[in-house]
Amino acid sequence: MAKYGSPRRGYRDVAVAVPVSIPYERYSIETAHWWIARALEKLVEGAGIESGDIDGLSIASFTLAPDTAVGLTQHFGLSPRWLDNIPMGGASGVVALRRAARAVEAGDASIVACIGGDANQVDSFRRLLSSFSRFAQDASYPYGYGGPNGSFALITDYYMRQYGVKREDFGRICIAQRENALTYPNAVMKKPLDMETYMAARPVADPIHLFDCVMPCAGAEGFMVTTPDIARDLGLAHANLLSTIERHNAFPDDPIQVRGGWAMDVDELYAVAGLGSDSIDVLETYDDYPVIVMMQFEDLGFCAKGEGAEFVRQHDLTNTGSFPHNTSGGQLSAGQAGAAGGHLGLVEAIRQITGRSLSRQVPDARTALVSGFGMINYDRGLCSGAAILQGEGA
Amino acid sequence: MSVPIERPPRKDPQRVTRPPELPPTERSRASLALSAAAARGGFSMQVCDACGAVAYPPRDACAHCLGRSLRFRPVDDGGEVLAETSVQTSPNLYFRERTPWRIGIVRLDSGPSVVAHLHGDVTVPSRIRMILRLDTGGNGVLMALPAGRESENMADDPQMRELVADPKYRRVLVTNGRTEVGQAVATALSRAGAETVFVGVAEPWKPFAGQEALAALPGIAMVPLDLTDTDSVKSLAGQIGGKTDILVNTADHARPGGLMADGAAVTMRDTFDVNVFGLQRLAQHFGAGMRARGADGTNSAVAFVDVLPVYALASTPDYALYAASAAARHSVLQALRTELLAGGVRVMSIFTGPIEDEWHQAVAPPKVQPARIAKAVVAALREGREESFVGDIAEDIAARYRDDPKVLERELRV
Amino acid sequence: MSITASHTSVLASLLGELASGELEIVDLTHTLTPDFPVMVLPPEFGQCQPFRIEEVSRYDGRGPAWYWNNLFMSEHAGTHFDAPAHWVSGRNLPFSTIDELPFERLVGPVVVLDFSAESAADEDFLVTRAHLEAWEAENGTIEAGAWVILRTDWSKHLGSDTYLNLREDGAHSPGPTADAVAFLVEERDIVGFGTETIGTDAGQGSHLTPPYPAHTILHGNGRYGLQCLANVDRLPTRGAVLFAAPLKIRQGSGSPLRVFAIAPSRKKEGQNG
Repeated sequence: MAKYGSPRRGYRDVAVAVPVSIPYERYSIETAHWWIARALEKLVEGAGIESGDIDGLSIASFTLAPDTAVGLTQHFGLSPRWLDNIPMGGASGVVALRRAARAVEAGDASIVACIGGDANQVDSFRRLLSSFSRFAQDASYPYGYGGPNGSFALITDYYMRQYGVKREDFGRICIAQRENALTYPNAVMKKPLDMETYMAARPVADPIHLFDCVMPCAGAEGFMVTTPDIARDLGLAHANLLSTIERHNAFPDDPIQVRGGWAMDVDELYAVAGLGSDSIDVLETYDDYPVIVMMQFEDLGFCAKGEGAEFVRQHDLTNTGSFPHNTSGGQLSAGQAGAAGGHLGLVEAIRQITGRSLSRQVPDARTALVSGFGMINYDRGLCSGAAILQGEGA
Repeated sequence: MSVPIERPPRKDPQRVTRPPELPPTERSRASLALSAAAARGGFSMQVCDACGAVAYPPRDACAHCLGRSLRFRPVDDGGEVLAETSVQTSPNLYFRERTPWRIGIVRLDSGPSVVAHLHGDVTVPSRIRMILRLDTGGNGVLMALPAGRESENMADDPQMRELVADPKYRRVLVTNGRTEVGQAVATALSRAGAETVFVGVAEPWKPFAGQEALAALPGIAMVPLDLTDTDSVKSLAGQIGGKTDILVNTADHARPGGLMADGAAVTMRDTFDVNVFGLQRLAQHFGAGMRARGADGTNSAVAFVDVLPVYALASTPDYALYAASAAARHSVLQALRTELLAGGVRVMSIFTGPIEDEWHQAVAPPKVQPARIAKAVVAALREGREESFVGDIAEDIAARYRDDPKVLERELRV
Repeated sequence: MSITASHTSVLASLLGELASGELEIVDLTHTLTPDFPVMVLPPEFGQCQPFRIEEVSRYDGRGPAWYWNNLFMSEHAGTHFDAPAHWVSGRNLPFSTIDELPFERLVGPVVVLDFSAESAADEDFLVTRAHLEAWEAENGTIEAGAWVILRTDWSKHLGSDTYLNLREDGAHSPGPTADAVAFLVEERDIVGFGTETIGTDAGQGSHLTPPYPAHTILHGNGRYGLQCLANVDRLPTRGAVLFAAPLKIRQGSGSPLRVFAIAPSRKKEGQNG
């Protein structure tokens, strides 16, 4: 707890509903505005409302420039009374949720649409990198310009040395997610992955190889945050929000990243939710690289620090396995549509715990933990967050 | 241990010369100060005036105390490399052409963790010594070398070679072989492993001291070159411009006298014709070819070096015209630095104090021996250093200049 | 102003004989090039600017339909003319600068003294009064008002180190002694003196008495110098007319020029005998 902190308050009366996914495309000539509009349209349809009923809007996108969420209100003809713009990449879904939840609780908004979406034109990724952050521009890109691959390669290399992790351990994560993805119709990756293929992939930035990387795509994900009363009035299947955490630039004195901000706040995450890690039926981690998945297993309390590899060896991470994880395949197999990647796990969790999964349904899934991670500002990811949700009546 | 590079073969006339690309060049203002530190040589990092914390990446406020007075100062260059990777693919054209590219994370003894280039001899984990160098884009970058003694062929590491302008296997033009400075520079470059040292001689019908000893050195080729004659510069560029990898301009017209001296206009014109216009002629006729060959393999074009008087920074009354030409020369070099940047070709300024030669006989010591200048030229090339100050007077003036140019102006009057 | 019949016929016959080949024009001028050597003086003195040329445009963006250059040079670069004011000894004479020269003196008969064999044998060969007297004994007296050109064939060395022939003790090339120049000026009243070398004086002329006797005596007496002449071997000993018209530079001390002579055609001479 913070030095001067007031105790965290749990959530009352926050419903999360209407998960929407716009199927990804590897490359598309469409703009972020277009993808976000499509997601909004689908959300309005799914909720059975009119777009004018949306009185809160939360947007996460890397490719909206020169616009922000503000420009989208005029562009889409919306007049929300609450507006948010979340520049936090992989943490944007959780962060959008926790902000929207408080807005709804306080009555500042009744129906908040949270959308993450990005364009991916042929040159988008290169241009995105070149304007990502000042520290990356000054002190990371001039060193091989490997982008996130280079940064995560260094983190992965150290983690492997420090904890005796082998490539095969990461392979287990990637292979299980691929198996999950094969049941998710929107997944970009359609072919099964085996250990031999995983190990034989070409190196991208040692020790990271091809199947440790996500495929950048265009696409959008979104969900609605409202009150349970409104959700029920609209007849929407929904989940209740139990607990969330958010942390930025955690452990700045660690010489190299071996843990995320979750490790600072995880106890409160469970305490406020009133349950423990053993109550989690479905875990959706942020998975731009498998090393960060392993860190989340540790930092979210599923195993101790340094035991991530052993945990992976002991568990079946598929939807029908002992530890259902990234049940739609995660970004590693479903694809990474920019900031939509920060919403993918949350959208999938809502579907699983409301019993409306597009991927193989995890049996009796009621409680989900979703975590986000983002923004390699220089040498490490700065933003982390997590949320626990429970299906209403599931 | 680094594998020694091989002597480059003759150029294949059927292959397209690899176009020069640059590593990312955009930097924040704070990081430009890192580049400036690299340009001057030595290992410096930002240090917070208020709390003494070492900051990296360069920033505008201290992460420990929010102090805004952060200055580059020499700091301990030791550290430990914790992790490494070899980048195999990059969307950046420069690195894409040069993969795999080895980088690592180093915990510096002074505090920060930094992403750095890794020399091929560095093992992980291990103790390292960090150096600050300019990359071909002209910006300061960090490279980790193994701690302890230098091993043989260390300079041949391909990533290291990108950060410097090592003369090994390169073809050099020294523009004026008539002077002791030119002869010393040519000799030193020949000894430093240059493949060929072309030595320019103006008015070859005039004999000069040291001519025979110079011609007897291995790899030396005397060529006619008169910097005051556009046609001469153009003709030589036509012959060897396509294989001039390093150009060292040692031409210097030094004459005492002030602005109001008899014939000052003629003296000034003669002085500028060699020192300033000569530099421009070299830039015009050799620059474009060098810029196009900035990535042309082992013997790519790498550096344009000028040996100029330190009075470029502030005038000296006894040599007012000469100092004026030096100031112009300094400005020309700054412009040339920008123009050659696209090719990754470095422009290096070797500022000297008064040279021990016939034109400084009336100047009190200390004076710079030509051999010392030659040593500085080779060192600048091997370290990729943009600015060097040779001799006690040059170093003194540089220090005073950095402290306060207006005070220096007054100090030099006396 | 009227043109008399006789004048007309002289010019007409001149043109006729030029056309028929009876007469030829001998160009005594070297091409101006940047690598044409200039007088070498101790470096602490002001230096003679060699010929320099910078292209201004050549049917390109700098001038789409025209080609031209800017020139930079000393008054004493290439084949050039020395006016009396060039030397301290001539500084107080009237009409001593190049813009004031009496024009009629720039065209006149030319006598060629051939000392090429002696010069080939001795790079420091000095023509003395005795040499001139011996020459006159054989070739007749040098007439007053003539230009005298010393033939050494030195111009054939142009392009090699021998032209300037510079060593640690200075240049080495033939030239006249003081008594020879005094003889030509005071006793023969010549208009000017020309050489194929870089100066009217010998390479080692600074060590003669007085130093640079040709410059000192010629210019001190209002006479002219021509240097770096070419094709002197194509001139007859006598019988040619020299045209030496320098640029009209205000208060100039000298000037590069196109100097030429009209001479009986050597081809015709050869045919005649």
